[in-house]
Formats: sequence, structure tokens, C-alpha cells
Amino acid sequence: MDRELRDEMKNEMELTFDAISSNEGLARVAVAAFVSRVNPTMEELSDVKTAVSEAVTNAIIHGYGNLEGYERRGRGVSAAGGVQAMEQGRGLPAAGEIRATEPGRHGKVRMQCRLEHGVLKVLIEDRGKGMEDVGKAMEPLYTTRPDLERSGMGFSFMEAFMDDLQVESAPGVGTIVRMQKKMTSGPWIPREE
Amino acid sequence: MDQFQVIDHCLMVKLPQELDHYQAGYFSREADSFLLRPEVCHVVFDFEDTEFMDSSGIGIIMGRYKKVAPLGGKIYAINVGKQVARILELSGMSRLVEVL
Ligand SMILES: Nc1ncnc2c1ncn2[C@@H]1O[C@H](COP(=O)(O)OP(=O)(O)O)[C@@H](O)[C@H]1O
Ligand SMILES: [Mg+2]
Repeated sequence: MDRELRDEMKNEMELTFDAISSNEGLARVAVAAFVSRVNPTMEELSDVKTAVSEAVTNAIIHGYGNLEGYERRGRGVSAAGGVQAMEQGRGLPAAGEIRATEPGRHGKVRMQCRLEHGVLKVLIEDRGKGMEDVGKAMEPLYTTRPDLERSGMGFSFMEAFMDDLQVESAPGVGTIVRMQKKMTSGPWIPREE
Repeated sequence: MDQFQVIDHCLMVKLPQELDHYQAGYFSREADSFLLRPEVCHVVFDFEDTEFMDSSGIGIIMGRYKKVAPLGGKIYAINVGKQVARILELSGMSRLVEVL
């Protein structure tokens, strides 16, 4: 693809969705569609999808402690909490407003994507329980949920598949994961009109 | 749709198109119910349909490995695509799993 044309393509997207496990797939599809504009290679595309999947899953299961999808075939969870917050015209409900363990209520995950000069920047935010020690949490194989068969490889994958990873977190406040990756651009495939 | 099949002491698990946390619980629980059968020793994960897997897949494999390995059982992976292969490699899973 024409380098100048690619570099000119600035774009931004923001998506806020309920912290339920079935939305992991939604986040992957959204980021893939967003980045496809600069014609990434198949490998870059799957790297980005994997990193986003890890960060979003963490927000849902660790941030909000929502195990709805994992414990599928169990009881359903109503989206009432989230909808109310939206109707009141607010963004993400604050940590105190949603108690993650309270059945029937869950929080929101915000994903922000930016594309500039062929670099994808992704931000994933939750207002969940946050982390005491980010350094420790990011160690390979470290997990606080072995009961869910978590492998503790999430942050390692984000690091391996993206060029840069920054994590900001505070207990009781939430977590922000920032990642970026340069898209080298695959072979140019003209779009059919 | 036969996601689980027992053939010759092996539990064959046909994994889904997208193997993430959302899918993980179901496959772990179902696999474990088959592992209770005394004739089942090994697990074969079939990735034929799987286009995407994240670290949740590692959890499924590790969990079953811990169950069968003490009894001399093995874990196999078949029809592994590019994305899944990278995940298995990066996580060190390729040491515990025989990729056929
Ligand atoms: N958004 C988050 N909110 C709260 N805790 C988190 C969040 N993300 C990660 N953590 C903590 O960091 C640990 C390591 O995360 P990760 O490397 O993805 O492994 P895993 O998800 O398999 O546990 C988690 O077990 C959890 O304790
Ligand atoms: Mg994780």
C-alpha cells in the first residue's frame, strides 16, 4: 500500500460495552475491523486480536469479577445496572457504584483505538477492583484466579504481541491498559467497488 | 455436532472457532466429565476449526494435563493453525503437548 496514503489515514474509535465474557469476541472483531484499514499482515492482525482479548478478558473477570460466560448454563445476569448508568448520561460508572460480586450487576469496559502514521494505539479501561502491585501482576505465570484455570500469561502475551504496553491501576479505582503496535502493512489488495 | 468423542483410550475434543475465556469453562467441564471414565487416558485437542485462541486455551490444556499426566496420560494437539501454534510455542505448552 502507498506509504503516504497510509500515513495520512488517521482514525479514532471508541467502544463501551458491558463487562460480560461474550463481549470478548466483540472487542476482537471491532479492533480487527478498525485496523484493517491500513492493511495489516495476517500475523499483525492476530497479534492485535490476542492482546485485546487478554486485556478485555482481564477487565471482565479480574476487574469486575464477572464469571457469567465462564459459568455458562447457570443463571442469567441482567444488564439493568449498566443501562441505568447510561440513561443518566454518564460514562463509566465509578467503582463504588457497581459491586462486581453482586449478582445481576456488572460494569462497563471502554476500549479506545487510534490509528496514526500506521501505528495502532489501544486503551482498555475498567472501573473495577484494580491492582495493588502491577509489577507483580505482570510477572509471567502470576495469577490470582487459578480456580478459573487462568494461566497467568495474559500480560506476557500483551507484551509479546505488541510493541509497547503500559498498565496503570489503583485498588478500588480501576485499571487502564495502553498498548501500541506499528503496522507494517501487508501487500496492497485493491478493494472491489 | 460431536465435540467430544472417546476413541481408543483417547478423549477427542473438537475445539471451537474462537477459544477464549467465554468458551473455556464449558470445554473444561465437559472434558473433565469424560476423564472420569476409567478407560480414558489421553486427551487429543483438535484445532481444526480454531482460528483464534488466547491464554484461556493454555488454561484448558494445562488443567487437563494436570489430570492425565500423573496417570501416565498424554496430551496431543492436532490440526494446529498458525495463530494457535504461536500461542503454544510462546507459553511453553509445546513442551507438554505433542503437536501432531
Ligand atoms: N483489569 C484488571 N483488574 C484487576 N486485576 C487485574 C486486571 N488485569 C489483571 N489483573 C491481575 O493480574 C493477574 C495477572 O493477569 P494475567 O497475566 O492476564 O493472567 P490471568 O488473567 O491468567 O490471571 C490476574 O490474575 C489479576 O490478579
Ligand atoms: Mg488474563
